[in-house]
Amino acid sequence: MRGKVLHAVGLTAVVVFSLFPFLWMVAASFKTQADILASPPVWFFTPTLQNYTEIFADTKVSGAIINSLIVATCSTILAVLLGAPAAFALARYEFRGKSDLWFWFISNRMISPIVLALPVYLLAMQANLLDTHLVLILIYLTFQLPIVVWIVTDQFKSIPADLEQAARLDGADQFTIFRKIYLPLGAPGIAVSAIFSFIFSWNELLYALVLTRRNVQTAPVVATSFMSGYELPWGKIMATGTVIVLPVTIFALIVSRHMVRGLTMGATK
Amino acid sequence: MSDTTTRAAPAKPNRGYGRWTPAWFLAPAVLTLLLIGIYPTLFALVTSFRRYNITRPRDGFPFIGFENYVNVLTDSTFWSSLLLTAKFYVTVLPIQVVLGLVVALLLHKPGMGMLKSLARVTLVVPLATTYAVVGLIGRLIFNRDFGVANQFLGFVGFGPIDWLSTPNGAFAAIVIMDVWQWTPFCALIFLAGLSMVPGEIEEAARLETSSKLALLRHVQLPYLLPGLTAVMILRSADVLKLFDMVFVMTRGGPGSATDLISIYIQRVGFRIFDLGTASAQAILLLILTIIISRLYIRLLYREVH
Repeated sequence: MRGKVLHAVGLTAVVVFSLFPFLWMVAASFKTQADILASPPVWFFTPTLQNYTEIFADTKVSGAIINSLIVATCSTILAVLLGAPAAFALARYEFRGKSDLWFWFISNRMISPIVLALPVYLLAMQANLLDTHLVLILIYLTFQLPIVVWIVTDQFKSIPADLEQAARLDGADQFTIFRKIYLPLGAPGIAVSAIFSFIFSWNELLYALVLTRRNVQTAPVVATSFMSGYELPWGKIMATGTVIVLPVTIFALIVSRHMVRGLTMGATK
Repeated sequence: MSDTTTRAAPAKPNRGYGRWTPAWFLAPAVLTLLLIGIYPTLFALVTSFRRYNITRPRDGFPFIGFENYVNVLTDSTFWSSLLLTAKFYVTVLPIQVVLGLVVALLLHKPGMGMLKSLARVTLVVPLATTYAVVGLIGRLIFNRDFGVANQFLGFVGFGPIDWLSTPNGAFAAIVIMDVWQWTPFCALIFLAGLSMVPGEIEEAARLETSSKLALLRHVQLPYLLPGLTAVMILRSADVLKLFDMVFVMTRGGPGSATDLISIYIQRVGFRIFDLGTASAQAILLLILTIIISRLYIRLLYREVH
Protein backbone atom coordinates (compact mmCIF):
# COMPACT_ATOMS: atom_id res chain seq x y z
CA MET A 1 0.00 0.00 0.00
CA ARG A 2 2.74 2.39 1.00
CA GLY A 3 4.63 1.48 -2.15
CA LYS A 4 1.58 2.27 -4.26
CA VAL A 5 1.10 5.69 -2.70
CA LEU A 6 4.77 6.53 -3.20
CA HIS A 7 4.57 5.37 -6.81
CA ALA A 8 1.55 7.58 -7.46
CA VAL A 9 3.15 10.56 -5.72
CA GLY A 10 6.34 10.06 -7.70
CA LEU A 11 4.55 9.86 -11.04
CA THR A 12 2.47 12.93 -10.19
CA ALA A 13 5.69 14.77 -9.38
CA VAL A 14 7.04 13.81 -12.83
CA VAL A 15 3.95 15.25 -14.51
CA VAL A 16 4.10 18.48 -12.48
CA PHE A 17 7.85 18.86 -13.01
CA SER A 18 7.55 18.35 -16.78
CA LEU A 19 4.60 20.63 -17.31
CA PHE A 20 5.02 23.42 -14.78
CA PRO A 21 7.42 25.79 -16.60
CA PHE A 22 5.49 25.32 -19.83
CA LEU A 23 2.10 25.94 -18.18
CA TRP A 24 3.49 28.92 -16.27
CA MET A 25 4.37 30.52 -19.61
CA VAL A 26 0.94 29.73 -21.05
CA ALA A 27 -0.70 31.22 -17.94
CA ALA A 28 1.40 34.37 -18.23
CA SER A 29 0.32 34.73 -21.86
CA PHE A 30 -3.27 35.14 -20.60
CA LYS A 31 -2.37 37.66 -17.88
CA THR A 32 -2.47 41.43 -17.99
CA GLN A 33 0.86 43.20 -17.51
CA ALA A 34 -0.25 44.16 -13.98
CA ASP A 35 -0.96 40.51 -13.10
CA ILE A 36 2.40 39.42 -14.45
CA LEU A 37 4.27 42.10 -12.50
CA ALA A 38 2.40 41.32 -9.27
CA SER A 39 4.69 40.38 -6.42
CA PRO A 40 4.26 37.74 -5.08
CA PRO A 41 3.09 36.12 -8.36
CA VAL A 42 -0.66 35.50 -8.68
CA TRP A 43 -1.92 31.99 -9.43
CA PHE A 44 -5.56 32.90 -9.96
CA PHE A 45 -6.47 35.70 -12.32
CA THR A 46 -9.03 36.79 -14.89
CA PRO A 47 -7.66 35.61 -18.24
CA THR A 48 -7.39 38.05 -21.12
CA LEU A 49 -6.85 37.52 -24.85
CA GLN A 50 -5.28 40.97 -25.15
CA ASN A 51 -1.73 39.62 -25.65
CA TYR A 52 -2.79 37.33 -28.46
CA THR A 53 -4.78 39.98 -30.31
CA GLU A 54 -1.75 42.26 -30.01
CA ILE A 55 0.79 39.79 -31.36
CA PHE A 56 -1.42 38.68 -34.24
CA ALA A 57 -1.94 42.32 -35.18
CA ASP A 58 1.84 42.82 -35.04
CA THR A 59 3.16 42.11 -38.53
CA LYS A 60 6.58 41.45 -37.07
CA VAL A 61 5.34 38.39 -35.20
CA SER A 62 3.07 37.02 -37.91
CA GLY A 63 5.77 37.66 -40.52
CA ALA A 64 8.30 35.80 -38.38
CA ILE A 65 5.99 32.82 -38.04
CA ILE A 66 5.52 32.75 -41.81
CA ASN A 67 9.31 32.91 -42.25
CA SER A 68 9.73 30.03 -39.82
CA LEU A 69 7.12 28.03 -41.71
CA ILE A 70 8.76 28.67 -45.10
CA VAL A 71 12.25 27.81 -43.88
CA ALA A 72 11.25 24.73 -41.87
CA THR A 73 8.98 23.34 -44.60
CA CYS A 74 11.35 23.88 -47.52
CA SER A 75 14.39 22.55 -45.68
CA THR A 76 12.46 19.51 -44.46
CA ILE A 77 11.27 18.67 -47.98
CA LEU A 78 14.81 19.05 -49.32
CA ALA A 79 16.23 16.93 -46.50
CA VAL A 80 13.83 14.10 -47.34
CA LEU A 81 14.40 14.36 -51.10
CA LEU A 82 18.17 14.23 -50.65
CA GLY A 83 18.29 11.95 -47.63
CA ALA A 84 15.93 9.12 -48.62
CA PRO A 85 17.96 7.97 -51.67
CA ALA A 86 21.15 8.11 -49.59
CA ALA A 87 19.43 6.02 -46.92
CA PHE A 88 18.45 3.50 -49.61
CA ALA A 89 22.09 3.16 -50.67
CA LEU A 90 23.28 2.79 -47.08
CA ALA A 91 20.60 0.23 -46.24
CA ARG A 92 20.89 -1.95 -49.33
CA TYR A 93 24.33 -1.72 -50.89
CA GLU A 94 27.80 -2.76 -49.83
CA PHE A 95 30.56 -0.48 -51.06
CA ARG A 96 33.97 0.70 -50.04
CA GLY A 97 34.07 3.58 -47.55
CA LYS A 98 30.50 2.90 -46.44
CA SER A 99 31.22 3.01 -42.72
CA ASP A 100 33.29 6.19 -43.05
CA LEU A 101 30.45 7.83 -44.91
CA TRP A 102 28.04 6.65 -42.27
CA PHE A 103 30.16 8.11 -39.46
CA TRP A 104 30.53 11.37 -41.29
CA PHE A 105 26.75 11.72 -41.50
CA ILE A 106 26.41 10.93 -37.81
CA SER A 107 29.21 13.25 -36.64
CA ASN A 108 27.24 16.21 -37.95
CA ARG A 109 24.90 15.69 -35.00
CA MET A 110 27.67 16.70 -32.59
CA ILE A 111 29.09 19.84 -34.18
CA SER A 112 28.34 23.19 -32.57
CA PRO A 113 26.46 25.53 -34.91
CA ILE A 114 28.89 28.33 -34.06
CA VAL A 115 31.62 26.45 -36.00
CA LEU A 116 29.64 26.79 -39.23
CA ALA A 117 27.93 30.08 -38.40
CA LEU A 118 31.18 32.07 -38.69
CA PRO A 119 32.28 30.95 -42.19
CA VAL A 120 28.72 30.77 -43.52
CA TYR A 121 28.16 34.35 -42.40
CA LEU A 122 31.23 35.50 -44.38
CA LEU A 123 30.37 33.38 -47.42
CA ALA A 124 26.75 34.52 -47.40
CA MET A 125 27.86 38.13 -47.08
CA GLN A 126 30.12 37.78 -50.15
CA ALA A 127 27.38 36.02 -52.12
CA ASN A 128 24.77 38.59 -51.06
CA LEU A 129 22.70 35.86 -49.43
CA LEU A 130 22.43 37.32 -45.91
CA ASP A 131 18.83 37.77 -44.79
CA THR A 132 17.39 35.34 -47.36
CA HIS A 133 15.30 32.23 -46.83
CA LEU A 134 17.72 30.30 -49.04
CA VAL A 135 20.74 30.59 -46.76
CA LEU A 136 18.78 29.34 -43.74
CA ILE A 137 17.23 26.49 -45.73
CA LEU A 138 20.66 25.35 -46.90
CA ILE A 139 22.38 25.62 -43.53
CA TYR A 140 19.54 23.78 -41.75
CA LEU A 141 20.23 20.82 -44.02
CA THR A 142 23.50 20.27 -42.12
CA PHE A 143 21.58 18.92 -39.14
CA GLN A 144 18.46 17.67 -40.95
CA LEU A 145 20.16 15.41 -43.48
CA PRO A 146 21.89 13.27 -40.83
CA ILE A 147 18.61 12.81 -38.96
CA VAL A 148 16.73 11.79 -42.12
CA VAL A 149 19.52 9.49 -43.29
CA TRP A 150 19.75 7.78 -39.93
CA ILE A 151 16.06 7.17 -39.29
CA VAL A 152 15.20 6.22 -42.87
CA THR A 153 18.17 3.85 -43.22
CA ASP A 154 16.96 2.09 -40.12
CA GLN A 155 13.46 1.80 -41.56
CA PHE A 156 14.68 0.61 -45.00
CA LYS A 157 16.80 -2.10 -43.38
CA SER A 158 13.67 -3.62 -41.86
CA ILE A 159 12.06 -4.13 -45.28
CA PRO A 160 12.36 -7.84 -46.23
CA ALA A 161 14.78 -8.56 -49.06
CA ASP A 162 12.44 -11.11 -50.73
CA LEU A 163 10.23 -8.29 -51.97
CA GLU A 164 13.20 -6.87 -53.80
CA GLN A 165 14.16 -10.27 -55.22
CA ALA A 166 10.68 -10.73 -56.64
CA ALA A 167 10.69 -7.28 -58.20
CA ARG A 168 14.11 -7.91 -59.69
CA LEU A 169 12.88 -11.13 -61.32
CA ASP A 170 10.13 -9.07 -62.88
CA GLY A 171 12.85 -6.96 -64.43
CA ALA A 172 12.58 -3.86 -62.22
CA ASP A 173 15.69 -1.68 -62.11
CA GLN A 174 17.09 -0.23 -58.88
CA PHE A 175 15.36 3.09 -59.24
CA THR A 176 11.98 1.41 -59.72
CA ILE A 177 12.64 -0.79 -56.69
CA PHE A 178 13.43 2.31 -54.65
CA ARG A 179 10.34 4.14 -55.83
CA LYS A 180 7.79 1.32 -55.90
CA ILE A 181 8.88 -0.74 -52.87
CA TYR A 182 11.07 1.22 -50.51
CA LEU A 183 9.40 4.62 -50.58
CA PRO A 184 5.87 3.35 -49.85
CA LEU A 185 6.95 0.75 -47.28
CA GLY A 186 9.38 3.17 -45.66
CA ALA A 187 6.81 5.96 -45.46
CA PRO A 188 6.32 5.78 -41.67
CA GLY A 189 10.05 6.22 -41.05
CA ILE A 190 10.22 9.01 -43.59
CA ALA A 191 7.33 10.77 -41.87
CA VAL A 192 8.99 10.48 -38.46
CA SER A 193 12.28 11.81 -39.82
CA ALA A 194 10.46 14.69 -41.52
CA ILE A 195 8.74 15.63 -38.26
CA PHE A 196 12.08 15.64 -36.42
CA SER A 197 13.64 17.76 -39.15
CA PHE A 198 10.79 20.20 -38.91
CA ILE A 199 11.01 20.43 -35.11
CA PHE A 200 14.77 21.01 -35.12
CA SER A 201 14.68 23.73 -37.74
CA TRP A 202 11.62 25.40 -36.22
CA ASN A 203 13.48 25.55 -32.89
CA GLU A 204 16.80 26.80 -34.23
CA LEU A 205 18.08 30.18 -33.00
CA LEU A 206 21.83 30.70 -33.52
CA TYR A 207 22.00 30.47 -37.33
CA ALA A 208 18.83 32.52 -37.68
CA LEU A 209 20.18 35.18 -35.31
CA VAL A 210 23.45 35.52 -37.22
CA LEU A 211 22.30 35.10 -40.82
CA THR A 212 19.12 37.21 -40.89
CA ARG A 213 18.41 40.89 -40.46
CA ARG A 214 15.00 42.45 -40.95
CA ASN A 215 13.24 40.47 -43.68
CA VAL A 216 13.74 36.83 -42.80
CA GLN A 217 13.80 36.84 -38.99
CA THR A 218 12.33 33.58 -37.73
CA ALA A 219 9.97 33.23 -34.79
CA PRO A 220 12.61 32.43 -32.11
CA VAL A 221 14.65 35.48 -33.21
CA VAL A 222 11.66 37.80 -32.89
CA ALA A 223 10.65 36.31 -29.55
CA THR A 224 14.14 36.99 -28.17
CA SER A 225 14.27 40.46 -29.71
CA PHE A 226 11.41 41.51 -27.41
CA MET A 227 13.81 40.89 -24.55
CA SER A 228 15.59 44.23 -24.80
CA GLY A 229 14.46 47.64 -23.69
CA TYR A 230 13.34 49.00 -20.38
CA GLU A 231 9.71 47.99 -19.90
CA LEU A 232 9.45 44.43 -21.22
CA PRO A 233 6.07 43.47 -22.75
CA TRP A 234 5.95 40.21 -20.77
CA GLY A 235 2.47 39.18 -21.85
CA LYS A 236 3.31 39.57 -25.54
CA ILE A 237 6.60 37.73 -25.07
CA MET A 238 4.90 34.79 -23.39
CA ALA A 239 2.08 34.72 -25.96
CA THR A 240 4.68 34.61 -28.74
CA GLY A 241 6.54 31.86 -26.89
CA THR A 242 3.33 29.85 -26.58
CA VAL A 243 2.52 30.27 -30.27
CA ILE A 244 6.04 29.08 -31.18
CA VAL A 245 6.07 26.08 -28.88
CA LEU A 246 2.52 24.80 -29.36
CA PRO A 247 2.85 23.39 -32.91
CA VAL A 248 6.14 21.62 -32.23
CA THR A 249 4.81 20.16 -29.00
CA ILE A 250 1.92 18.62 -30.92
CA PHE A 251 4.33 17.24 -33.52
CA ALA A 252 6.58 15.90 -30.77
CA LEU A 253 3.66 14.13 -29.10
CA ILE A 254 2.91 12.42 -32.43
CA VAL A 255 6.47 11.05 -32.62
CA SER A 256 6.94 10.63 -28.88
CA ARG A 257 7.59 6.89 -29.25
CA HIS A 258 10.58 7.70 -31.46
CA MET A 259 11.88 10.59 -29.35
CA VAL A 260 14.91 8.72 -28.04
CA ARG A 261 15.84 7.48 -31.49
CA GLY A 262 15.60 10.95 -32.93
CA LEU A 263 17.72 12.56 -30.25
CA THR A 264 20.43 9.91 -29.99
CA MET A 265 20.55 8.94 -33.66
CA GLY A 266 19.72 5.41 -32.60
CA ALA A 267 22.69 4.71 -30.35
CA THR A 268 20.36 3.05 -27.86
CA LYS A 269 17.82 0.74 -29.34
CA MET B 1 44.11 -3.80 -59.66
CA SER B 2 42.28 -5.55 -56.91
CA ASP B 3 39.00 -4.72 -58.61
CA THR B 4 39.60 -7.00 -61.55
CA THR B 5 40.47 -9.90 -59.28
CA THR B 6 37.28 -9.56 -57.27
CA ARG B 7 35.31 -9.22 -60.46
CA ALA B 8 36.89 -12.29 -61.93
CA ALA B 9 35.84 -14.36 -58.92
CA PRO B 10 33.15 -16.59 -60.40
CA ALA B 11 31.39 -17.26 -57.07
CA LYS B 12 30.28 -13.62 -56.83
CA PRO B 13 26.48 -13.62 -57.04
CA ASN B 14 24.71 -11.19 -59.32
CA ARG B 15 23.75 -8.41 -56.95
CA GLY B 16 21.45 -6.87 -59.45
CA TYR B 17 23.14 -3.49 -59.51
CA GLY B 18 26.15 -1.97 -61.14
CA ARG B 19 29.27 -0.69 -59.50
CA TRP B 20 28.19 2.92 -59.67
CA THR B 21 24.57 2.48 -58.64
CA PRO B 22 25.18 3.36 -54.95
CA ALA B 23 26.93 6.52 -56.06
CA TRP B 24 23.87 7.74 -57.93
CA PHE B 25 21.71 7.42 -54.85
CA LEU B 26 24.32 8.93 -52.54
CA ALA B 27 25.53 11.77 -54.72
CA PRO B 28 22.81 14.35 -53.98
CA ALA B 29 23.16 14.09 -50.19
CA VAL B 30 26.96 13.84 -50.20
CA LEU B 31 27.45 16.76 -52.59
CA THR B 32 25.05 18.90 -50.56
CA LEU B 33 26.85 18.15 -47.31
CA LEU B 34 30.21 18.85 -48.97
CA LEU B 35 28.94 22.20 -50.15
CA ILE B 36 27.21 23.33 -46.96
CA GLY B 37 29.30 21.50 -44.34
CA ILE B 38 32.82 20.85 -45.54
CA TYR B 39 33.36 23.90 -47.73
CA PRO B 40 32.47 26.40 -44.95
CA THR B 41 34.63 24.43 -42.52
CA LEU B 42 37.61 24.73 -44.87
CA PHE B 43 36.82 28.42 -45.27
CA ALA B 44 36.86 28.78 -41.47
CA LEU B 45 40.20 26.97 -41.39
CA VAL B 46 41.65 29.44 -43.90
CA THR B 47 40.13 32.39 -42.02
CA SER B 48 41.69 31.15 -38.80
CA PHE B 49 45.14 31.85 -40.31
CA ARG B 50 44.25 35.43 -41.24
CA ARG B 51 43.80 38.71 -39.45
CA TYR B 52 40.13 39.15 -40.18
CA ASN B 53 38.34 41.96 -38.40
CA ILE B 54 35.48 43.16 -40.56
CA THR B 55 35.09 46.40 -38.66
CA ARG B 56 38.55 47.31 -39.99
CA PRO B 57 38.42 46.39 -43.68
CA ARG B 58 41.15 48.90 -44.53
CA ASP B 59 43.71 46.65 -42.84
CA GLY B 60 42.89 43.90 -45.36
CA PHE B 61 42.83 40.27 -44.32
CA PRO B 62 46.51 39.21 -44.34
CA PHE B 63 47.73 35.72 -43.52
CA ILE B 64 49.46 35.69 -40.17
CA GLY B 65 50.32 32.02 -39.70
CA PHE B 66 49.50 30.57 -36.32
CA GLU B 67 49.19 33.95 -34.58
CA ASN B 68 45.43 33.56 -33.94
CA TYR B 69 45.97 30.11 -32.45
CA VAL B 70 48.80 31.37 -30.24
CA ASN B 71 46.56 34.22 -29.09
CA VAL B 72 43.64 31.92 -28.37
CA LEU B 73 45.71 29.33 -26.53
CA THR B 74 47.33 31.99 -24.35
CA ASP B 75 44.03 33.82 -23.79
CA SER B 76 42.86 33.17 -20.26
CA THR B 77 39.22 34.08 -21.09
CA PHE B 78 39.10 31.25 -23.65
CA TRP B 79 40.37 28.76 -21.10
CA SER B 80 38.10 29.99 -18.34
CA SER B 81 35.17 29.72 -20.74
CA LEU B 82 36.09 26.11 -21.52
CA LEU B 83 36.54 25.46 -17.83
CA LEU B 84 33.13 26.96 -17.10
CA THR B 85 31.62 24.72 -19.79
CA ALA B 86 33.25 21.72 -18.09
CA LYS B 87 31.94 22.90 -14.72
CA PHE B 88 28.45 23.21 -16.18
CA TYR B 89 28.71 19.68 -17.59
CA VAL B 90 29.84 18.09 -14.33
CA THR B 91 27.07 19.96 -12.50
CA VAL B 92 24.13 19.09 -14.74
CA LEU B 93 25.13 15.55 -15.70
CA PRO B 94 24.94 13.84 -12.26
CA ILE B 95 21.64 15.59 -11.49
CA GLN B 96 20.14 14.54 -14.82
CA VAL B 97 21.43 10.98 -14.51
CA VAL B 98 20.13 10.46 -10.98
CA LEU B 99 16.76 12.16 -11.57
CA GLY B 100 16.46 10.45 -14.95
CA LEU B 101 17.07 7.06 -13.37
CA VAL B 102 14.48 7.71 -10.67
CA VAL B 103 11.91 8.73 -13.28
CA ALA B 104 12.75 5.70 -15.43
CA LEU B 105 12.32 3.34 -12.45
CA LEU B 106 8.98 4.96 -11.64
CA LEU B 107 7.85 4.46 -15.22
CA HIS B 108 9.16 0.89 -15.35
CA LYS B 109 7.49 -0.25 -12.13
CA PRO B 110 4.32 -2.27 -12.79
CA GLY B 111 0.93 -0.73 -12.02
CA MET B 112 -0.55 2.79 -12.26
CA GLY B 113 -1.24 2.35 -15.97
CA MET B 114 -3.05 5.62 -16.71
CA LEU B 115 -0.88 7.88 -14.60
CA LYS B 116 2.21 6.20 -16.03
CA SER B 117 1.19 6.82 -19.64
CA LEU B 118 0.40 10.42 -18.78
CA ALA B 119 3.80 10.90 -17.14
CA ARG B 120 5.53 9.33 -20.12
CA VAL B 121 3.81 11.63 -22.57
CA THR B 122 4.49 14.77 -20.53
CA LEU B 123 8.22 14.00 -20.60
CA VAL B 124 8.19 14.94 -24.26
CA VAL B 125 7.10 18.52 -23.52
CA PRO B 126 10.44 19.80 -22.11
CA LEU B 127 12.35 18.07 -24.91
CA ALA B 128 10.27 19.70 -27.63
CA THR B 129 10.19 23.20 -26.16
CA THR B 130 12.13 25.60 -28.37
CA TYR B 131 15.47 26.21 -26.64
CA ALA B 132 15.14 29.95 -26.98
CA VAL B 133 11.68 29.81 -25.39
CA VAL B 134 13.15 27.81 -22.50
CA GLY B 135 15.33 30.87 -22.00
CA LEU B 136 12.29 33.17 -22.06
CA ILE B 137 10.55 30.97 -19.49
CA GLY B 138 13.70 31.14 -17.37
CA ARG B 139 13.65 34.94 -17.49
CA LEU B 140 10.05 34.89 -16.24
CA ILE B 141 10.51 32.27 -13.52
CA PHE B 142 13.78 33.62 -12.14
CA ASN B 143 12.85 37.31 -12.16
CA ARG B 144 13.90 38.87 -8.87
CA ASP B 145 10.70 40.80 -8.24
CA PHE B 146 7.87 38.74 -9.64
CA GLY B 147 9.48 35.36 -10.44
CA VAL B 148 7.80 32.25 -9.15
CA ALA B 149 11.17 30.73 -8.13
CA ASN B 150 11.47 33.23 -5.31
CA GLN B 151 7.87 32.56 -4.29
CA PHE B 152 8.73 28.86 -3.92
CA LEU B 153 11.80 29.81 -1.87
CA GLY B 154 9.50 31.89 0.32
CA PHE B 155 7.24 28.87 0.92
CA VAL B 156 10.17 26.93 2.39
CA GLY B 157 11.35 29.90 4.42
CA PHE B 158 14.15 31.38 2.34
CA GLY B 159 14.50 35.00 1.34
CA PRO B 160 14.40 36.07 -2.30
CA ILE B 161 17.50 35.57 -4.46
CA ASP B 162 18.61 37.96 -7.17
CA TRP B 163 18.98 35.03 -9.59
CA LEU B 164 19.95 36.57 -12.90
CA SER B 165 22.12 39.44 -11.69
CA THR B 166 24.44 37.52 -9.38
CA PRO B 167 27.09 35.12 -10.73
CA ASN B 168 26.08 32.10 -8.63
CA GLY B 169 22.37 32.78 -9.06
CA ALA B 170 22.64 33.02 -12.84
CA PHE B 171 24.71 29.83 -13.03
CA ALA B 172 22.18 28.02 -10.83
CA ALA B 173 19.31 29.31 -12.96
CA ILE B 174 20.74 27.99 -16.24
CA VAL B 175 21.56 24.69 -14.51
CA ILE B 176 17.94 24.36 -13.36
CA MET B 177 16.52 25.11 -16.80
CA ASP B 178 18.92 22.63 -18.41
CA VAL B 179 17.98 19.99 -15.85
CA TRP B 180 14.31 20.65 -16.62
CA GLN B 181 14.81 20.28 -20.35
CA TRP B 182 17.19 17.29 -20.46
CA THR B 183 16.25 15.07 -17.50
CA PRO B 184 13.44 13.57 -19.63
CA PHE B 185 16.04 12.65 -22.25
CA CYS B 186 18.00 10.63 -19.67
CA ALA B 187 14.78 9.14 -18.29
CA LEU B 188 13.61 7.92 -21.71
CA ILE B 189 17.02 6.40 -22.50
CA PHE B 190 17.17 4.60 -19.15
CA LEU B 191 13.59 3.43 -19.57
CA ALA B 192 14.54 1.89 -22.91
CA GLY B 193 17.43 0.13 -21.15
CA LEU B 194 15.20 -1.17 -18.33
CA SER B 195 12.70 -2.60 -20.79
CA MET B 196 15.52 -4.64 -22.37
CA VAL B 197 15.89 -6.73 -19.19
CA PRO B 198 14.30 -10.11 -20.02
CA GLY B 199 11.02 -10.43 -18.11
CA GLU B 200 11.68 -13.86 -16.59
CA ILE B 201 15.10 -12.83 -15.23
CA GLU B 202 13.61 -9.77 -13.56
CA GLU B 203 10.73 -11.85 -12.13
CA ALA B 204 13.12 -14.44 -10.74
CA ALA B 205 15.31 -11.76 -9.20
CA ARG B 206 12.29 -10.08 -7.61
CA LEU B 207 11.32 -13.37 -5.97
CA GLU B 208 14.82 -13.90 -4.67
CA THR B 209 15.46 -10.51 -3.16
CA SER B 210 13.22 -7.81 -1.82
CA SER B 211 15.97 -5.22 -2.05
CA LYS B 212 15.37 -2.79 -4.87
CA LEU B 213 19.00 -1.74 -4.74
CA ALA B 214 20.25 -5.31 -5.23
CA LEU B 215 17.90 -5.72 -8.17
CA LEU B 216 19.15 -2.49 -9.70
CA ARG B 217 22.79 -3.35 -9.18
CA HIS B 218 22.90 -6.97 -10.21
CA VAL B 219 20.13 -7.31 -12.76
CA GLN B 220 19.28 -3.94 -14.30
CA LEU B 221 22.61 -2.11 -14.25
CA PRO B 222 24.22 -4.05 -17.13
CA TYR B 223 21.30 -3.02 -19.33
CA LEU B 224 21.60 0.61 -18.27
CA LEU B 225 25.29 1.04 -19.01
CA PRO B 226 25.09 1.53 -22.82
CA GLY B 227 22.45 4.21 -22.22
CA LEU B 228 24.64 5.87 -19.61
CA THR B 229 27.55 6.00 -22.05
CA ALA B 230 25.27 7.54 -24.68
CA VAL B 231 24.01 10.14 -22.19
CA MET B 232 27.51 11.08 -21.07
CA ILE B 233 28.84 11.57 -24.59
CA LEU B 234 25.80 13.18 -26.18
CA ARG B 235 25.34 15.58 -23.30
CA SER B 236 29.00 16.62 -23.49
CA ALA B 237 28.52 17.46 -27.18
CA ASP B 238 25.27 19.25 -26.34
CA VAL B 239 26.90 21.35 -23.63
CA LEU B 240 29.64 22.39 -26.06
CA LYS B 241 26.83 23.40 -28.46
CA LEU B 242 24.64 25.04 -25.82
CA PHE B 243 23.78 28.54 -26.94
CA ASP B 244 20.10 29.43 -27.35
CA MET B 245 18.78 29.03 -23.83
CA VAL B 246 21.75 30.69 -22.13
CA PHE B 247 21.93 33.50 -24.67
CA VAL B 248 18.29 34.40 -24.05
CA MET B 249 18.51 34.07 -20.28
CA THR B 250 21.82 35.74 -19.43
CA ARG B 251 23.83 36.55 -22.60
CA GLY B 252 26.76 34.96 -20.77
CA GLY B 253 26.53 37.37 -17.84
CA PRO B 254 26.57 38.80 -15.29
CA GLY B 255 30.23 39.41 -16.04
CA SER B 256 31.34 36.08 -17.44
CA ALA B 257 29.43 33.91 -14.97
CA THR B 258 27.56 31.95 -17.66
CA ASP B 259 29.90 32.55 -20.59
CA LEU B 260 29.89 29.00 -21.99
CA ILE B 261 32.15 28.27 -24.94
CA SER B 262 29.61 28.69 -27.77
CA ILE B 263 28.39 31.98 -26.27
CA TYR B 264 31.95 33.21 -25.93
CA ILE B 265 32.92 32.39 -29.53
CA GLN B 266 29.70 33.98 -30.78
CA ARG B 267 30.61 37.19 -28.95
CA VAL B 268 34.16 37.30 -30.32
CA GLY B 269 32.83 36.68 -33.83
CA PHE B 270 29.66 38.74 -33.94
CA ARG B 271 30.01 41.41 -31.27
CA ILE B 272 33.73 42.18 -31.56
CA PHE B 273 33.77 41.01 -35.21
CA ASP B 274 37.22 39.50 -34.82
CA LEU B 275 36.46 36.62 -37.17
CA GLY B 276 40.05 35.43 -37.45
CA THR B 277 40.32 34.77 -33.73
CA ALA B 278 36.77 33.42 -33.54
CA SER B 279 37.49 31.02 -36.42
CA ALA B 280 40.58 29.71 -34.64
CA GLN B 281 38.46 29.16 -31.54
CA ALA B 282 35.78 27.44 -33.61
CA ILE B 283 38.35 25.13 -35.24
CA LEU B 284 39.66 24.16 -31.81
CA LEU B 285 36.10 23.50 -30.67
CA LEU B 286 35.56 21.40 -33.80
CA ILE B 287 38.64 19.30 -33.03
CA LEU B 288 37.34 18.71 -29.51
CA THR B 289 33.96 17.70 -30.93
CA ILE B 290 35.51 15.32 -33.44
CA ILE B 291 37.39 13.57 -30.63
CA ILE B 292 34.14 13.24 -28.68
CA SER B 293 32.17 11.91 -31.63
CA ARG B 294 34.90 9.40 -32.49
CA LEU B 295 34.63 8.21 -28.91
CA TYR B 296 30.87 8.00 -29.27
CA ILE B 297 31.07 5.96 -32.44
CA ARG B 298 33.80 3.69 -31.06
CA LEU B 299 31.87 2.95 -27.88
CA LEU B 300 28.32 2.76 -29.16
CA TYR B 301 28.23 1.70 -32.76
CA ARG B 302 30.57 -1.26 -32.37
CA GLU B 303 27.81 -3.75 -32.94
CA VAL B 304 26.92 -2.17 -36.29
CA HIS B 305 29.99 -3.88 -37.80
